[in-house]
Amino acid sequence: MLTKTFKNDTLMSSLKDTFTSSLGKKLIMALTGLFLCTFLVVHLIGNLQLFKNDGGKAFNDYAYFMTHFTPIKIVSYLLYTSIIVHALYALLLTTANKKARKVSYGAYNGAANSPWTSRNMGILGTVLLVFIVVHMSNFWYEYHWGKVPFVEYRTDLSTGQTTQTELAAADFKDYVKYTDNGVEITRAKDLYATTAFAFQTWWLVALYVLGMAALSFHLIHGFSSAFQTLGWDHKKYVPLIKTIGIWGFGVLIPLAFAAMPLYFFFCK
Amino acid sequence: MNLTLKVWRQPNSDAKGSFVNYPAQNISPDMSFLEMLDVVNEDLVKKGEDPIHFDHDCREGICGMCSLHINGRPHGPKQAITTCQLHMRSFQNGQTITIEPWRATAFPVIKDLAVDRSAFDRIQRAGGFVSVNTGGVPDANAIAIPKPVADEAFNSATCIGCGACVAACKNASAMLFVSAKVSQMALLPQGQPERYKRVQAMVTQMDEEGFGSCTNTGACEAECPKEIKITNIARMNRDFFTAKFFKQEEA
Repeated sequence: MLTKTFKNDTLMSSLKDTFTSSLGKKLIMALTGLFLCTFLVVHLIGNLQLFKNDGGKAFNDYAYFMTHFTPIKIVSYLLYTSIIVHALYALLLTTANKKARKVSYGAYNGAANSPWTSRNMGILGTVLLVFIVVHMSNFWYEYHWGKVPFVEYRTDLSTGQTTQTELAAADFKDYVKYTDNGVEITRAKDLYATTAFAFQTWWLVALYVLGMAALSFHLIHGFSSAFQTLGWDHKKYVPLIKTIGIWGFGVLIPLAFAAMPLYFFFCK
Repeated sequence: MNLTLKVWRQPNSDAKGSFVNYPAQNISPDMSFLEMLDVVNEDLVKKGEDPIHFDHDCREGICGMCSLHINGRPHGPKQAITTCQLHMRSFQNGQTITIEPWRATAFPVIKDLAVDRSAFDRIQRAGGFVSVNTGGVPDANAIAIPKPVADEAFNSATCIGCGACVAACKNASAMLFVSAKVSQMALLPQGQPERYKRVQAMVTQMDEEGFGSCTNTGACEAECPKEIKITNIARMNRDFFTAKFFKQEEA
């Protein structure tokens, strides 16, 4: 009979046992990774409003909603945690993996047996982490605590025509939306203008495009790899997972994101 | 054929090794890779030098003893064969061939190209078996097993434990080996009573031995001489997580 015995009487010791194992750490990588993938979809759909030709009204409304609706705020903290945990566990796993081969090969032909992306997830992930820090300091930090201009939109509800004026900081108290005499008035922080301004800088645009290239290669391997780690490898679904991973998360999403800085740089 | 061999020489597990170049002359393309090394060793012995130490036994690809990392790949440039089944016609005249041992902390070098793979034995001992009561011989095929399931269990069981998966993996992970050993029994009725204890015990032992974790690169599957599939790893993960989160039995 199996002789090895463990004492996992309590839930805590059992969980500790699970998540300190190599498989448990990979489970954390897979789950946080997939959660970050779902976030990408939501983030992309929201940001598509940048392409709307309305002076940024829809986008600024959306920015306010995303930062002030409680359920979304809760999810956003889960998101920040996921990014940190994903990066931290990647570091833990990489350190352990390096220890597992202390003397490296004189000749190593990895290209003969595995795709480049799968062997360089750490490098791609590091590029992404740098990108995330830059991206969040550009917009997330600026929106919350930095200097974002203010804007007032006046929409004539009978004609649907909108005019916009920049507001002085002194005239802005908080986000408002109200109707007065058939005119809808919105006052908001103008994150759209901040975005448009930021993407006039060529090297920032280049950095964003590079970040999206890293995202593409990271997800071409990462998305389907997460399902393999979870053990979801049913013959019926693997082709679908691979297709979504490569074409959806590896190509379509990074391309659409990269189009945003390029759009502002070349078309605005 | 005349070749240059760049061979890893290391007198014992504690010594620091290094590459040494040896000429391999008048080699027949029909020789196996190990026969070529035998020829080189004969020359070395004649010259009074220490012959190159390497593992080998059956020389027909079923024992799992031979273990060379040749030009950056375990078991050399061909697919689905062991080093002993590799022939010199796979190389060109004048070529330099780099020969190294498996590189993994869990596989310490014994001497030169031979490594200690007893870590695999300890993983097997932790749970890679079924417990059977003694008694009368049961009827063959008394328990019906669907053909595809039996085939898959058989495919997993063809693992010879050579360690090429560990050698190929950028993380020196033993997941393909362990998952094959877990799968061959998890798939069959006889393996069910100890299924969830087994997977936990074997994974724990694997971690204790100091193997790396899986990045799902697929290098192990590509280099495995017995073409063990990484679907085994997915099955092992499934069983491990099922055991940890949904089963009461602790290993």
